[in-house]
Amino acid sequence: MQILLDIVSWVLLLAGSAFALIGAVGLIRFPDVYARMHASGITDTLGAGLILAGMMIQGGFTLVTAKLILILIFLLFTSPTSTYALANAAYSRGLQPLLGGPEPDPAALEAADPASAIPGQAESGSVGSVSGEDKSS
Amino acid sequence: MVQRHFILRVTTKLLMPFILLFALYVQFHGDFGPGGGFQAGVIFGAGFVLYALIYGVEAAEKVAPPGVIRVIMTLGLLLFVGVGYFGLFLGGAFLDYNVLAHDPVHGQHLGITLVELGVGITVAATMITIFLSFAGRNRT
Repeated sequence: MQILLDIVSWVLLLAGSAFALIGAVGLIRFPDVYARMHASGITDTLGAGLILAGMMIQGGFTLVTAKLILILIFLLFTSPTSTYALANAAYSRGLQPLLGGPEPDPAALEAADPASAIPGQAESGSVGSVSGEDKSS
Repeated sequence: MVQRHFILRVTTKLLMPFILLFALYVQFHGDFGPGGGFQAGVIFGAGFVLYALIYGVEAAEKVAPPGVIRVIMTLGLLLFVGVGYFGLFLGGAFLDYNVLAHDPVHGQHLGITLVELGVGITVAATMITIFLSFAGRNRT
């Protein structure tokens, strides 16, 4: 029984570590802020969740497990909030997401949705056009 | 004023009591586990800093008026030094906990708790004061 619990908890711990590693690789390799936040999300949810689950199995029905559950709840509350704050700050300062398709015309975008006319649009448009050239070459 | 950052406001309101409770846990559990006055004071101050970041400096100053915080800051230091001199008056050395109670073990316990409380109060009040004075610098 103890060996079975050890095996399960170690599988969870290793899987969580693997997800954290994948998230870290994505954080370095992905091209822009939004894609990097997408990659780091996996460390917050699956990585931390699986590692905490593995540690809970090691802990058994003790005070340690209760504290780990509290940590998990706090992570589930705070990590989406911090991701939201980061994405909101990036977007409201005019950083447009890198899109794979053909570059949309900024004038047409502005005409379709006047509310999206935010300061910094000109710089982000130029960043987008650079990436478009990369794709065509 | 338009209610901006609705998610941040709700989450802050939800987490604020637990942040302060965790600070008190770190403060008073410091005798038995990791923790202590400095760490607890930093967590307590960081709670107020978070509140000021989300709800604005005016709201934070309503909760923690600068004059009151400065008085609390000095009271924490006074508690620390007071415990030290109290041991001196009871016949021990400065910050000698053994003479505070009828036997040395209880004296040590009481002394370290009071001294850490003084450190925690001072650190928390200093953190709040530093943040509020820097954040409120550009106001007229």
